[in-house]
Amino acid sequence: MANRASSHWWAFLLSAAFALAALTPQAGLCAEGSGGEKKPEPEERPLAFPWSFAGVMGKYDQDQLRRGFKVYREVCSNCHSMQLVAFRSLGEPGGPGYSEAEVKSIAASYKIKDGPNDKGDYFERPGRPSDYFPPPFANEQAARAQLNGAYPPDMSVLAKARGYHRGFPTFLFDALPGLSYQEAGVDYIASLLQGYRDAPADVKLPDGQYYNVYMPGRRLGMVPPLSDGVVTYDDKTPQTVEQYAKDVAAFLMWTAEPHLDRRKSLGRGVLAFLVVFAALLYLVKREIWSTVEH
Amino acid sequence: MSGSSKYTPKSAFARWLERRLPILSFMHESFVAYPTPKNLNYMWTFGAILSFMLVAQILTGVVLAMHYEPDTALAFASIEHIMRDVNWGAFLRYAHANGASLFFLAVYLHMFRGLYYGSYKEPRELLWILGVVIFALMMATGFLGYVLPWGQMSFWAATVITNLFSAIPVVGNSITSWLLGGFSVDNPTLNRFFALHYLVPFIICAVVALHVWALHVTGQNNPTGVEVKDVEKETVPFTPYATFKDAFAIGVFLALYAWMTFFVPNYLGHPDNYIEANPLSTPAHIVPEWYFLPFYAILRAIPNKLLGVIALFAAVLIVAALPWLDRSKVKSARYRPLFRIFFWVFVAICLGLGYLGAQPPEGAFLISARILSGLYFLFFLVILPLLPKFEKPEPEPASVAASIAAKSAPVEEAAHG
Repeated sequence: MANRASSHWWAFLLSAAFALAALTPQAGLCAEGSGGEKKPEPEERPLAFPWSFAGVMGKYDQDQLRRGFKVYREVCSNCHSMQLVAFRSLGEPGGPGYSEAEVKSIAASYKIKDGPNDKGDYFERPGRPSDYFPPPFANEQAARAQLNGAYPPDMSVLAKARGYHRGFPTFLFDALPGLSYQEAGVDYIASLLQGYRDAPADVKLPDGQYYNVYMPGRRLGMVPPLSDGVVTYDDKTPQTVEQYAKDVAAFLMWTAEPHLDRRKSLGRGVLAFLVVFAALLYLVKREIWSTVEH
Repeated sequence: MSGSSKYTPKSAFARWLERRLPILSFMHESFVAYPTPKNLNYMWTFGAILSFMLVAQILTGVVLAMHYEPDTALAFASIEHIMRDVNWGAFLRYAHANGASLFFLAVYLHMFRGLYYGSYKEPRELLWILGVVIFALMMATGFLGYVLPWGQMSFWAATVITNLFSAIPVVGNSITSWLLGGFSVDNPTLNRFFALHYLVPFIICAVVALHVWALHVTGQNNPTGVEVKDVEKETVPFTPYATFKDAFAIGVFLALYAWMTFFVPNYLGHPDNYIEANPLSTPAHIVPEWYFLPFYAILRAIPNKLLGVIALFAAVLIVAALPWLDRSKVKSARYRPLFRIFFWVFVAICLGLGYLGAQPPEGAFLISARILSGLYFLFFLVILPLLPKFEKPEPEPASVAASIAAKSAPVEEAAHG
């Protein structure tokens, strides 16, 4: 009896030690937030936008992708490459849905380096649908030389290459049906584009750096790229920074995940099948086991 | 263990084959007549689930390999080529990446089941050790595979892990450059990692065959931990009983797999791995895939590099010593009141280490990781060996049959009353 009591005591001690260990990180976080004068203020949490492509039923809004492409083409593409995306994908289902003729004319509006020709020379020719978006700079060094040392990242998969910490326990819910969240990157991009503010008096920014509340460290080497009215939309969509930011972020989600529509519609079918299939297997299993005591 | 029903070849071809290579009777004995305890619960379906996942990983992997380029200049773009232009490419890649995660989820549940029901105890020690060998090979395969997309996390994970070997005294640096095929992670590294990532799964297949063989010699453990005494009364043939139970479990597991693959395919990935590898830019936090996080936390908890590496490997290998560390004669946690508590504390320790492995190793995170790392080893080296001295086990049932009878008795009474 005495043995048993003492062993329970051991278990209690170990559980208590564990509970203590589990609690300490939170205490640590609080301490971190208040201290550290030289550390820049932590960035703000990106806004959550109601994307058409979020969730189980999600699919791209074709008009939004077209508007976003316009913003990319007229603004972003001056500095950002998109080298993994081919013109032909602009006409593929589940994307901006341009016709074959439109894709041809979009491609032809870009100059593509080709060669060598029969004489051994390199030359420029109008783009074809099978070509990929040409980069705005010849190489990284050329970009840095012209952009005050900054090297704009390639935008092909940018919406999946960005994100933010969701924190505990939110990150656990992000995987669940009904609550699933895969839009951290696109939320971050859409927020960042509207996140420029005047720097507070105590923050001194070096030349070529801009104050942005969503950027880790709050300093960003990108000139505020958008202003109201800078891109003309063909429809009645408001021509505001907020709208541009959302549209181009949605477009970048599409470039990063061009088969999202098909993936989700296929997934709905597969999942529905599996649920029925598993249910039928359960009934078969129950029938087989019904005569066996177990 | 041999089953009750005997295989008799029916067709002329089967008789011809049976005289030359008795593969049909072997299959019959292993997957049809094999006696399986009646009282197994759904935790015993992970063997089938894991076999399914191994095949799924190999099938998706072989097709992916047909489109992948193991060249530092082309690897990242070739993955995007798969995602964009290969028929079913995005599906195959997401299925393969999430398949790895679900493979590990299943193997962890399988291992925790073994721990809870004492499945490693006499006579299943070798069966357990073969399982740990499979687990270690899976970890190697998972790590090698994570390097192939040649994103930032791929590159830096490869750098961190290969660098661990340089902690070995005297020969460490030579071993590291031998592994890398140079002085840093580069094209030769990617090439050999691809070759090995393709090779190791087939070694896993071979060890799985041994694992299943060993299982079919000793027979399955069961939730009571009491060995089967009467094959006729206490077991049912594998087919159709276990096959359909396993099939149902695979169906449920597949639904989870499909959910991950189709709706949250990047949930378990790190955004940085969609940035092409850049040796000149180190990510702010280098983190491995989730299934390595507890071990990563242990590695970083120890301030000395060599000791950290030793602790990392020890944390994996100590699992193989379980049959000798756990001294209790009683197998199942059902009849071990104290072990039951410590088991769940241990699960919590592993989850806690997993959480801490994803946090920066500083401040309270580091202190917690040190405490939990200590508790992790304490569980194996102190708690398990000493527990039988303090624990008074509850009475085990006399047999599997008795346990089943006791379980159904109250139900019958209720029905009659």
